[in-house]
Amino acid sequence: MSFQFTEEQIKRYSRHIILPEVGGKGQEKLLNSKVLVIGAGGLGSPALYYLAAAGVGTIGIVDFDVVDFSNLQRQILHNTSRVGKPKVESAKMTLEELNPDVNVIAHNERIHKGNVLDIIKDYDVVLDGSDNFPTRFLVNDACYFLDKPLVSAAILRFEGQLTTFDYRNKEESPCYRCLFPEPPPPGLVPSCQEAGLLGVVGGIMGTLQANEALKLILDIGEPLVGKLLIFDALGTEFNVVKLRKDKKCPLCGENPVIKELIEYDQESCDIRF
Amino acid sequence: MSEISVNRELDLKGEVCPFTFVKSKLILEQMEPGEVLKVILDYKPSVENVPKSMREEGQEVLEIKEVGDNLWEVIVRKVK
Repeated sequence: MSFQFTEEQIKRYSRHIILPEVGGKGQEKLLNSKVLVIGAGGLGSPALYYLAAAGVGTIGIVDFDVVDFSNLQRQILHNTSRVGKPKVESAKMTLEELNPDVNVIAHNERIHKGNVLDIIKDYDVVLDGSDNFPTRFLVNDACYFLDKPLVSAAILRFEGQLTTFDYRNKEESPCYRCLFPEPPPPGLVPSCQEAGLLGVVGGIMGTLQANEALKLILDIGEPLVGKLLIFDALGTEFNVVKLRKDKKCPLCGENPVIKELIEYDQESCDIRF
Repeated sequence: MSEISVNRELDLKGEVCPFTFVKSKLILEQMEPGEVLKVILDYKPSVENVPKSMREEGQEVLEIKEVGDNLWEVIVRKVK
C-alpha cells in the first residue's frame, strides 16, 4: 500500500513531487528518514531548516549550549527572544513551526564516549556541524563503527569545507582520519571566536550538507565521497580536491590501531563560541 | 474506434496547475506499467501542462479530448 499524502502534504511537497528524481516515492522516503545533526549552530541551522522543510520525518539535534547574542549573526534557527534558552529547544520550536510533519528529537547533552553510539545508532545519516575537534573525531569514529554515512562540514573566516564519508561502503570511502589522523595540537587551529567568520559561509556550507543528506536518502546524484569541496567566499569560488583512502589510516587503513572510541581531552582543545 | 480501457479515473475538477499534474503523478506512481489513467480536468492550462509533464516523465499520452463545456479528459498509459 502506497503512502497517502494529505491535501496539505501534496501542496507542501508539490515541488519535490514534480521532480522526476523525487516524486511521491522519494517524498515518502524523506518522510520515513531519520537524520541526526550535531550542533545547532552556524552549520546546523541552515541544514536543519532545509531538512525540516524537505520533510525529513525524524530529525535529531545534539547540542548542550544555550542561545547567545553572539550566535545570532549566523545561527538562523534562533532569535533574539530565545537568548538564554537551550539551542535544541529553540531549534525544535522553529522547525516544528515550519513543518509539523517533522518529529524533532532534542538531545540536550554533550556528546561523549558513553552516549555517542546510543545517540547515533537509530539515524540513517549524520551531519557534523560541531565546533570542536574532540567531537568531530568522536562522531567520525562512531559513524565508522556503526556504518553510518557522515556529511562533514567546517567553516572559518571566509572559507568552508565539505565532504561526505559513506561508511556503508568502507572499501571505497576515505574516512575523516585519512584527512586528519588525529586532532591538531591545542591552539594550532583558531576557533571562530578567535578568527571570526562571515555568517553566510555557514549558511552556504550547511545548506550543502543538507543537499548531501537529501541525495543520500533519495539515492540520487553523486554524493561528495572521496572529494573535498572548498568554498572561498571572498573570491566566490568552489574548488574540489580528491581525497584518497590512506592505507596507513589509523582507523580505516590496512592495519588499523583504533578499534574503539577515543575521547580526546575537551579542555585542551575545546573551542567555544 | 474502440474505447481505450481505463484502469483508474481521477476527477480533478476544481484543481489548478501544478496540482493537477502532482495528483495525477501520485496516482500513476501507484499503478503498474501498462495500466491506463483517465484524468478529468476543467482548468484549461492543465490540459496542456499535464500531458506535457507526463511525456517529460516518459509516460505515454493516449488521448486528450474535450468532453463538454470547459471539460477535458487526458488519458495516459503508464510506461515506467
